[in-house]
Amino acid sequence: MSVPVLEVQDLAFAYPDGHQALFGVDLHVHRGERVALLGPNGAGKTTLVLHLNGILTAGRGTVAVSGLPVAKEHLKEIRRRVGIVFQDPDDQLFLGTVRQDVAFGPANLGLKGAALERRVMEALDRVGMADFVDRPPHHLSYGQRRRVAVATVLAMEPEILVLDEPSSNLDPASRRELADILRSLDVTVLMVTHDLPYALELCPRSVVLSRGVVVADRPTLEVLTDDELMGAHRLELPWGFDPRRIDSLPA
Amino acid sequence: MGAGHGHRLHFHGHSPVHRAPAHLKVLALLGFMLIVVATPREAYAVFALWAVVLLGVIALSRVPLTYLLPRMVVEVPFAIFAVLMPFISHGPRTEVLGVSVSEPGLVAGIALLVKGSIGVLASLTLAATTEPQDLLRGLQRLRMPDLVVQIMGFMIRYLDVVTAELGRMMTALRSRGCDPRSPRHWPVLARSLGALFIRSYERGERVHLAMLSRGYDGSLPQAGKAR
Repeated sequence: MSVPVLEVQDLAFAYPDGHQALFGVDLHVHRGERVALLGPNGAGKTTLVLHLNGILTAGRGTVAVSGLPVAKEHLKEIRRRVGIVFQDPDDQLFLGTVRQDVAFGPANLGLKGAALERRVMEALDRVGMADFVDRPPHHLSYGQRRRVAVATVLAMEPEILVLDEPSSNLDPASRRELADILRSLDVTVLMVTHDLPYALELCPRSVVLSRGVVVADRPTLEVLTDDELMGAHRLELPWGFDPRRIDSLPA
Repeated sequence: MGAGHGHRLHFHGHSPVHRAPAHLKVLALLGFMLIVVATPREAYAVFALWAVVLLGVIALSRVPLTYLLPRMVVEVPFAIFAVLMPFISHGPRTEVLGVSVSEPGLVAGIALLVKGSIGVLASLTLAATTEPQDLLRGLQRLRMPDLVVQIMGFMIRYLDVVTAELGRMMTALRSRGCDPRSPRHWPVLARSLGALFIRSYERGERVHLAMLSRGYDGSLPQAGKAR
């Protein structure tokens, strides 16, 4: 296979207070894949995500994005290649209007004028929020803010889109709309989530992180139907949801 | 700017005052205030002139006075102080409506009240006719240090978020039988304000992470001009 978009090798990390969060994580994501990163609270998912664009620096092991190692001298390019959508859109949208917020990333990359404007409108178009370009973000609904947050990252044309709990706090309609949008995007996706049905719906492959190590890396349906694995790592399906009864999954 | 209206002080409109460049409005306000403050205390005719000028600008902006006047309550603490001055000051006494008051105190009190009111009304007019984003851009054009403009921008952006968070905390307190207005519960109130501070601080850190993730390197790009 070609060079993976994301290649994490033997990644270990301890916080300055001595708390060890990751104990040698290996993870490969290839172009065009949509992968779910599952795991209980405190498994180290967020810590792993913050390594992907160099916010945290590995204690041991390496992270590479399309062959480029995550290191200080490449940070700018790494952060263009890895687009992280954080859980709380209010953390991601910090400027006065949707336009300014979406322009923030590409402008940091040096885009200006008409090219910047085009990039902004394209990104908003892809999430169906082009009509809201001049609104202040805090006047949008939560679901709309989440979509704009995705656009702020898409505007940087990342090679991999990393989503932290994309379905949290969304009503079912917004949740479905976001799923439609994510499916329509032609990008590689790594999705951190507790929402197992959402993972099944969107991601053919799942990686389970537990106590700082990868304990499973298999097709999502297989993971969700492995009762022993699920029980051992505090993963539970919502009541009444049985993945075995689903006969066809959306592409 | 489309349907989105900035903040509680802003009054949507398209008058010449609304359309004037923000940096000119800021300079005009600053100049006007300096002149008003520098006007001698007892030149009442001149103050009347300043008031007429100000009312003229307000009329031009088509912001109704009924919109501006209730917002002048911020002046109340100063007004109370101004009203007290004739009673607590020393010096020669004089009679007003049969009450003996200090003459220098009376003059100073009236001057404070007049200058204060003109100042507050003028500032409200600026706020009512200028979107916060335009104001920030105006300040930027006036060479206000970039860092200060950034901080003000974040303040405007997160004021609503933090206020809503405080509101939710208060609701949660009330739901558990705490009355934030009663002094007996002030210790709880103080602790929850502390918690709000910590939360806001942590949000600040998360926002910073989100900014770094999109290539922030210390200065905000001039994205605002791409409109």
